[in-house]
Amino acid sequence: MSRVKSVERQKFWERNQKSGGYLLKKTINTALYKIARAILLFGLCFLILQPLFNKISISFMSEKDLYDATIISIPRNFTTANYKLSNQLMEFWVCLKNTVLVALLVSIIQVAACTLVGYGFARYKFPLRNFWFACVMLSILVPPQTISSSLFLHFRFFDVLGIFKAITGETINLQNSMAPYIMMCLGCMGLKSGLYIFMLRQFFRNIPKELEEAAYVDGCGKLRTFLRIMLPDAKPILTSCFLFSYVWQWTDSYYAKLFLGNVKLLPKALTSISGRLGDYYSSIHGTGSLPSSAYEQAMIATGLLMTILPLLLIYLVAQKGFVESLSQSGIKM
Amino acid sequence: MEKKKKKKMTLAQKNSIAGYLFILPFIVGFLAFLAYPLFQSMYMSFCKVTVGIGSFDMEFRAFDNYVRAFTVDAEFNRLLTESLTSMAYRVPATLVFSFFIALLLNQEFKGRGAVRAIFFLPVILSSGVIVGLEYNNTLLQGMEEVVQKSANSSSITATLQSILDTGGTGSKFFQYVFDIVDGVYDVAIASGIQIIIFLSGLQTISTSMYEAAKIEGCTAWESFWKITFPMVSSLILVNIVYSIIDFLIRTDNKVMEKINDTMSRQMDYGFSSAMAWSYFLCVIAIVGVVSFIISKKVYYYE
Repeated sequence: MSRVKSVERQKFWERNQKSGGYLLKKTINTALYKIARAILLFGLCFLILQPLFNKISISFMSEKDLYDATIISIPRNFTTANYKLSNQLMEFWVCLKNTVLVALLVSIIQVAACTLVGYGFARYKFPLRNFWFACVMLSILVPPQTISSSLFLHFRFFDVLGIFKAITGETINLQNSMAPYIMMCLGCMGLKSGLYIFMLRQFFRNIPKELEEAAYVDGCGKLRTFLRIMLPDAKPILTSCFLFSYVWQWTDSYYAKLFLGNVKLLPKALTSISGRLGDYYSSIHGTGSLPSSAYEQAMIATGLLMTILPLLLIYLVAQKGFVESLSQSGIKM
Repeated sequence: MEKKKKKKMTLAQKNSIAGYLFILPFIVGFLAFLAYPLFQSMYMSFCKVTVGIGSFDMEFRAFDNYVRAFTVDAEFNRLLTESLTSMAYRVPATLVFSFFIALLLNQEFKGRGAVRAIFFLPVILSSGVIVGLEYNNTLLQGMEEVVQKSANSSSITATLQSILDTGGTGSKFFQYVFDIVDGVYDVAIASGIQIIIFLSGLQTISTSMYEAAKIEGCTAWESFWKITFPMVSSLILVNIVYSIIDFLIRTDNKVMEKINDTMSRQMDYGFSSAMAWSYFLCVIAIVGVVSFIISKKVYYYE
């Protein structure tokens, strides 16, 4: 083995001499470039991961470690009490169950509706198509806050063309049920729905026309072609959309607060964790006593970790689904 | 009777009906949950809204709310200009960063999969509720201060800045660069999707193009500007639009927070709608102007 290497080395020097020193220069340059790239990438990776590591180390610290200036990353008094407490404060398991179910339901509905719409935009020509697609772009552009006040009142005094008022004499209050949000997802107006429509349309546009025509010639109807031919092809992009939708739904607190007021969800529990910690403190140490801000932040860090841990697991398992299929779809404008 | 009708329909008509059936969910959703609320909130922004028990009343007040937002309210103007200026430097930084990273990640090296996974992690880490919590984490800031004090030195950028800043001319430019360097974490965390989009574009460029260029004597630098850049230029447009929207609409944006506060705490629907509409018009104007300018320069390879 070493002999082969030494022969190779000799050959290298010979070739180097023949090329007038160019080969050596080039090899050194490539090696330097590789080292520089490795350092840069390592640094940037560390930059992204560091807050996460920091939170992990804080979440295992006991309260007095937080005030100790000599402790930076490795806790001296290792403890899991933070996890126990934030589990109690967030009602973690209840929230987890609800979040899993709600995110699953919402993202399935969302992806299903967006697939239909994206397919329609990509494969059919119809009058006003560009106008409706401009509307899709508009739905991406509108900040949810612009319409949220109106939506809020819309669902508070819900009515379809005055039918309910005519029958019962009163409008329906849908404010504290899941119905409004489900309806919005069915109507492709959920969280970032416009983006999914855009992605799916891109994908369906790239499927060759011959495939569709062959199906029609064989006597396949329009709906059957969609279900039997197109959908199986679209599996990667569908998983990708589903994963994005699931993850973003999981961490979303805005729509959750607006529409799912009475469902216990993780992001909402997370935002209220410091308030609950205050209540917990005053119930133990008497009214008026408040937790220190350092301890509060440690609790938030713990809660945050617990919230994103399932997502990180999903990400580890389905990393390819997130990335590869999206890059296959070839996004263009 | 029915049969006759079916026979009369041309294929194009059938297709357009099928197309409308497919996008029907969107049309219904758009009209009910976007167009209608949008117009209602526009109307609200001209009104004084009072919420009663069984209904809500609107009293027409013309431009009162807008006047209040731009001249009376102490915060709105400042927050709006602040968020627009920070967008003006954040978006180019995000673009350059994500393009650069995509170029790096497109190369072959050991552990590429792992590095990619880490760079796409911000797609999860920068979403929804997590961002808002990240920013007001006083404990981490406090720890940073302690570390800096005990190490008895300032950060590298601060030292560099003090060295370079003596010139006077161009110090504003340095300030700009240092702002970006100091905020590189924010940039990195905001560019997950953009990296994916650029990477997808880079992977569609066929290697035969580079080979041909190399044979013709093109250096790597030249082939970058003559091949890579034009080929992904359409994606630059996509990414600019995405970054602008992502930056302006994300939940931790100060203007958004203010609008939310006004709406949910003070229950002042008219005023919050006025602010939201002014903001929305700003967003549309910016996206429109930027995409108009850039789409002129985009090169489509077909």
